[in-house]
Amino acid sequence: MPMNPTRKRRLIIVALVVAAAAVAVGLGVYALQQNMNYLLTPSQVQSGQASSYKTFRLGGMVKAGSIQRSKDSLQVTFTVVDASGTMPVEYTGILPDLFRDDQSVIATGHMDNARFIATEVLAKHDETYMPKELKDAMAKAHANKKVEAGAAQGDMP
Amino acid sequence: MSNWIPLWLHKLGSPPTFYRFAGTLRPWAMALALLLGAVALYGGLVLAPADYQQGEAYRIIFIHVPSAWMSMFIYGVMGVAAFIALVWRIKLAEVVAMESAPIGAAFTFITLVTGSLWGKPMWGTWWTWDARLTSELVLLFLYLGVIGLYHAFEDRRQGARAAAFLAIIGIINVPIVHFSVNWWNTLHQGSTINLFGQSKISGDMLWPLLCMMLATKFYYVASLFRRVRTDLLALEGGKDWVRQIAESEAGQ
Repeated sequence: MPMNPTRKRRLIIVALVVAAAAVAVGLGVYALQQNMNYLLTPSQVQSGQASSYKTFRLGGMVKAGSIQRSKDSLQVTFTVVDASGTMPVEYTGILPDLFRDDQSVIATGHMDNARFIATEVLAKHDETYMPKELKDAMAKAHANKKVEAGAAQGDMP
Repeated sequence: MSNWIPLWLHKLGSPPTFYRFAGTLRPWAMALALLLGAVALYGGLVLAPADYQQGEAYRIIFIHVPSAWMSMFIYGVMGVAAFIALVWRIKLAEVVAMESAPIGAAFTFITLVTGSLWGKPMWGTWWTWDARLTSELVLLFLYLGVIGLYHAFEDRRQGARAAAFLAIIGIINVPIVHFSVNWWNTLHQGSTINLFGQSKISGDMLWPLLCMMLATKFYYVASLFRRVRTDLLALEGGKDWVRQIAESEAGQ
C-alpha cells in the first residue's frame, strides 16, 4: 500500500522513539535481573551472597516437622530449605494462615551468626488451584512416592 | 475485490458511521456483559469447589484475575489506537485511545485493591514491593499519566496526540507486568492459565474464570462505545450529522 510521505515520516519517528524506549527499558530490566532479587535462598545465603545486606528476604520451603512453637510466647523456630541448603529461622509474631510444613515462605530479617532472625514471615502460594478432594486423590495415588507438595514448586531457583 | 475489509474499516472510521454502529452494538454488549457476569459469579461463588490450599478465600480470583487481564488488554488496545492516531491522525483512533484510559485505570485499580485484600489473609501482607505488584502499580500511574496529559491541553486534539505518545511508550510495561513473575523472584505466584500448555486450575474453577473474562471484555466494549459516542458528539459539535441528530431528538 503506498503511503504518503508525511505519514511515512511520522511512522518512522514513532517507531524509532518506541524502539529506543524499548531498548532502554530492556537494558534496565536486564541489569535489574542481576541485583533486583526479591529474595535469597538458603544456599545463596550460605555461599555468601547475603554478606553485603544488613537485612534481606530469605525464601524457601518450611522443612516438614521443623516447626517448634514456644509454649509461653509467640516465638516460633523452623528450618527453611531449598534444593541444596538449609537455614534455621527464628520469628516472634503472628504467622499467615498458609504457614505450615512444606509451604514456601519468604522471611524478612537479618543473620545472627548462623541463624536468621525474621521480623516478618510471608507465605507464598503456588499457581495451582484445585478442589481438596482432587488433591487428596492425587496424594493417595502418589502415596508410595515422596509427594511433591504443589506449594513447594513455585519458581524459586 | 479483496479490499472490502479496508474499505469497510475506512467507512467505520468516519465519526457518523461509527456513532451509529456503536449505538446499535452497545446495548447488546452491555446485555451480554451483565448476563455472562451473573453466570460467572454464580459459577465462581456458588458452584466452584473450595481450593485445597486456600479454602474459600481463593474465590476473589474471579474478580482479581479478569480485572488484571483487562488492565493489560485495554492498555494494548489503547497503545494500538494511539499509534494509529499518531501516524494516520484518525480522529476516531484518538478518541478510542483516550476514552480507553479511564476504563483501563479502573480495572487496574480493582486489580490492585482485590490483590491487596487477597494478599493479607494468604501471604500475610497487604502490599510488598515485588516485581509483579510494582509493575502493576506503574501501569496504574501510566493510565493516570495518559488521562492527566490529555486534559492538560487547551486543545483536545493536541492533548490527545501528546497523551498518545505517552501511551505508546508505556506499552513496554505490559510485557514486564506479564513476565515479571518469570524474570524475578517474586512473592506473587506464576501464571495459572497458559495459552500454550496446560493450565494449573481444575475445570470447574476454570470455566467461571473464562466466563468472567468474556463478561469484562463485553463490559469494556459497552463502556467504551458509550464514552466514544459522547466524545464524538462533543468533538464534531458543529457538523451536519450532529445537528441532524440534535434536531431529530428535539422534534420527538
